[in-house]
Amino acid sequence: MAVKVVIPTPLRQFAGKQESVNLEAATVGEALNALTSQFSDLKKHLYSDDGRLRSFVNVYVNDEDIRYLQKEKTAVQQGDTISIVPSIAGGCVGGAGRLYFSAEN
Amino acid sequence: MATRLTQQAPAPAVEPALSKQEVLRYSRHLIMPEVGMDGQLKLKRAKVLMVGSGGLGAPLGLYLAAAGVGRLGIVDFDTVDFTNLQRQVVFGTSDVGRKKLEAARERLSNLNPEIRIDTFETRLTSDNALDILRDYDIVVDGTDNFPTRYLVNDACVLLGKPNVYGSIFRFEGQASIFGYPGGPCYRCLYPEPPPPGLVPSCAEGGVLGVLPGIVGCIQAMETIKLILGNGKPLVGRLLLFDALGMRFRELKLRKNPECPICGEHPTITKLIDYAEFCGIRGEEAPSQTVVVPEITATQLKQRLDRGDDIYILDVRETHEYQICNLNGNLIPLGELPKRVSELDSSREIVAHCRSGKRSAEAVEFLTKAGFRKIWNLKGGILAWSDEVDPSVPKY
Repeated sequence: MAVKVVIPTPLRQFAGKQESVNLEAATVGEALNALTSQFSDLKKHLYSDDGRLRSFVNVYVNDEDIRYLQKEKTAVQQGDTISIVPSIAGGCVGGAGRLYFSAEN
Repeated sequence: MATRLTQQAPAPAVEPALSKQEVLRYSRHLIMPEVGMDGQLKLKRAKVLMVGSGGLGAPLGLYLAAAGVGRLGIVDFDTVDFTNLQRQVVFGTSDVGRKKLEAARERLSNLNPEIRIDTFETRLTSDNALDILRDYDIVVDGTDNFPTRYLVNDACVLLGKPNVYGSIFRFEGQASIFGYPGGPCYRCLYPEPPPPGLVPSCAEGGVLGVLPGIVGCIQAMETIKLILGNGKPLVGRLLLFDALGMRFRELKLRKNPECPICGEHPTITKLIDYAEFCGIRGEEAPSQTVVVPEITATQLKQRLDRGDDIYILDVRETHEYQICNLNGNLIPLGELPKRVSELDSSREIVAHCRSGKRSAEAVEFLTKAGFRKIWNLKGGILAWSDEVDPSVPKY
């Protein structure tokens, strides 16, 4: 299935500065896998070291939260939009361009 | 008027009425059937607490005051800084250095002398939050950090008060209403905050001043709709705003039955230590600071004047280099791991950024990578401006 993954502003710098990425996938997990293999820098922002989706990153298929569907096993249909929505806290100044820096890589 | 009174239950004696002045002031509300006299009186009776009077709070305060919200509480402890003026439109240049609360009270009272303004000059904490929030009908969250956001959320849930939420990051905004009867809360959306390492420091980033203006106005609109009881409130919906694409999107926000505070079996029944919950020790999280070899701006200047061969590594972003620079070699921190090979470990290297924080990370990283002759410029280019060359602009 051809799906579109919408990249939030703070993560665009790790996804070739693209607003969205079109991919072929049958489930949300496959789509995110395809995305992170294309843009390896994105992986640590979406997944913790044990391979679980980070708890402050929500993923939606169209307007539904995958936590209330079948999580990463949620099937996607042709033309679906997958959105990655991280928590943001800015109110006075907003955040930095640099979201994460790991000395390990 | 008399006919109306006979059709309705008699109004209580204390019912506030609008003065002739107020009728004129609010006439554009009054002639709208969706607001009318009833709605305007609801606004006059309403008590709204704003947490923060910064980028979101500035437009919010202006519009709520202008709309005639009868009692407006503001919690803030900061003073007005020059760098606030680009977006905190409630303040003027002559307010720089003043307490935000004082300046905001003056501006809002001038805008609308008919309303009461309560000020709380304090940081909102687990000890004072319930007492401060208790007197108000609606809380509007205009804070800028995770601990306070979770604190405001939990206090609102415990007190059963709606929490009008807005948040921004660079070009993106989020808005919703949490804590509405039967609706989800912030913890239903994000059970946990990101670890501190993932939370960028405010001053390192930037924001287009209009963005908090737009999101703050959305919060003001939702607050007024809640007061009027009109329209469809932003409950159970997360509004996303992408300023670059100029697109609004809406996602479904469900009440999580397992939510630790508003779920079926709550495990959080009182306010907790939010700094600890967010993994932050101490007010400014000093434990996060990396200890690396340092050189002061004055020492660096002396060594350069002496003709020492020192490689200046600037780890800021390209657009920051354009604001001011020390003729250093620019490798943004994020690119450093991939570009280490451009550096010569046999040379002496001084890394710098704006304030010394990012370059400390760079020095730590390079030290681990085997660099031995490397120092961090203490206080960054800001210190250089203070100690060595005042013509270098600070930002």
